[in-house]
Amino acid sequence: MIRLKNINKSYKTEFTSLHVLKGIDLEIGEGEFVSIMGQSGSGKSTLLNILGILDDYDEGEYYLNGNLIKDLSQAKQANYRNNFIGFVFQSFNLLPFKTAKENVALPLYYQKMPRKERQELAVEYLDQVGLKDWADHYPNQMSGGQQQRVAIARALISNPKVILADEPTGALDSKTSDEVMDIFRKFNTEQGITFIIVTHEMEVAESTGRIIHIKDGLIENKLVSV
Amino acid sequence: MFDLDKWTEILESVNRHKLRTTLTAFGVFWGIFMLVLLMGAGNGLFNSIKYEFSDVATNSIWLSPGRTSKPYKGLNKGRRIKFDNTDYEFLRDNFDGVDEITGRFYITGNRQVVYKDKNLSYSINSIHPSFKTMENMTVTAGRFLTDEDLKHHRKVCIIGNIVRDNLFEDEDPIGKEINVGGIVYTVIGTFYDIDDWVMKNIYIPITTAQKVYSGNRQLNRIMFTTTGLTVEEVSKIEKEVAVAFAGRKNFDVTDRRAIWSENNAEDFEEFASLMLAIKGIIWLVGIFSMIAGVIGVSNIMLIIVKDRTKEIGIRKSLGATPVSIITMILQESILITSVAGFIGVGLGVLVIGSMSGIKSDFFRTPHVDISVVLIATLILILSGALAGLIPAMKAARINPVIAMKAD
Repeated sequence: MIRLKNINKSYKTEFTSLHVLKGIDLEIGEGEFVSIMGQSGSGKSTLLNILGILDDYDEGEYYLNGNLIKDLSQAKQANYRNNFIGFVFQSFNLLPFKTAKENVALPLYYQKMPRKERQELAVEYLDQVGLKDWADHYPNQMSGGQQQRVAIARALISNPKVILADEPTGALDSKTSDEVMDIFRKFNTEQGITFIIVTHEMEVAESTGRIIHIKDGLIENKLVSV
Repeated sequence: MFDLDKWTEILESVNRHKLRTTLTAFGVFWGIFMLVLLMGAGNGLFNSIKYEFSDVATNSIWLSPGRTSKPYKGLNKGRRIKFDNTDYEFLRDNFDGVDEITGRFYITGNRQVVYKDKNLSYSINSIHPSFKTMENMTVTAGRFLTDEDLKHHRKVCIIGNIVRDNLFEDEDPIGKEINVGGIVYTVIGTFYDIDDWVMKNIYIPITTAQKVYSGNRQLNRIMFTTTGLTVEEVSKIEKEVAVAFAGRKNFDVTDRRAIWSENNAEDFEEFASLMLAIKGIIWLVGIFSMIAGVIGVSNIMLIIVKDRTKEIGIRKSLGATPVSIITMILQESILITSVAGFIGVGLGVLVIGSMSGIKSDFFRTPHVDISVVLIATLILILSGALAGLIPAMKAARINPVIAMKAD
């Protein structure tokens, strides 16, 4: 599903150059449930952004579902994001002026699905994350856990191959964290969607099938059995 | 092409920032509103001047005798120049450039005009038949004065519609006899003129007037139109006539006080070029106020884009293409400018329309050319698109990772 070969990435400012990723080699198979751990500044978020085609890389090769992701036009990037990847963020990133249903339906808008169809599908996905009754509520009328579940429904609705989650439980208490992880696991086992979760919580990481440790821009040990 | 979803999104965005949108729209509205008002006012001014000139043929020259201001061939200066019927005939017969021509013999003061029990005071004028064409008069009943009337010194008259209304009311005036200061004239016709003052006059044959009121063949003024229509042509004829009269009347050609000549073509041309300048200024002011409005829109759109950075970042992470982001911003910009523009045009046209009844000396029936206004609005919408373009491109370049970190 995902294959990284010698990925290098530096952030250059006027006076300094910060070498963040120093040659990442990584393979993640279809249907895997993986976590990426590392201290802040280790490069894990950068790696996730490259995986999500939100950021580009300087050196190496990144294959997503067999396609080389390099030097793509913005439109192509948008197309890959829309069709292959779903994002879940620590801060949820819902649009505050849209209801839960409209937020969930948004990726389908960019797939040009008719309004009625996508709203129906949005309610269906909200039902799957246990928020059917909250479809017409705005994000600020919901708890953090509920907002994150809306965000997960939004990530899933376009039927992606991979879900990239950046500290999805970072802003949640342990009970709601468990709920979120349960939803992830459910979609992983039932629909075979690949999950890549960046976290610094050991508990979250240990509930995944594989932990990838990153330190100073390199993968420390590639396989830890749980 | 119509994308309901996109428009819903745009209307939502407009709705979320009512004050900001309103202020932006007001800038554009004001620009085009002022343009329409200025154009209407300019037309009003122009119309009033055109109206003043519509009363007289603009290719006409009026000649009046004056007094010499230079001695000439042993003749003293200060000598009074006189016109008479032979000068009229000389001009009429010897100049190809002279088209319609009339002499004027002034009958000073108003005369009491009596018909049945009516006794009213009017001014009496004496003319040649060509006067009708030169003053742009329209005969409303009967006929105008003819050469036959002049030849036989007939005591006939043509009266203005106002005189007719006052004197005859509903009665048919043609063939009726009126007593003008003790002399009886037969009414042969009535006329309309754009100028009410002219319609309060009674016109009689010039030869009749000379016979009845002075006993000589003197003229106070000679008026003629020229075959040439341009200012240059009219001025050339004016000069030829002046030279000829200097020879006839024995005065120095360079003596500018011996005869007075009034060249309406030159006057009109002066006003016309003045109007052109005013029109130019109006357009300039209007265009600059529109530019100010468009810059305002561009500014606001930049702020909107900055404000929506995070939202745009999220949209991009969900698969929004740069094109979809650009059109989203552009359409909002175009919507604001065009709605505001149309309101400005509408209100401006309404205000000008409410003033269209005004008929004063300096301001007359203002109006706006709808075609011009529509073109201006179209330009406005295009500039709205242009105003949104830079902010939209900026929005499309937003890096979603950085955008989503923003708050």
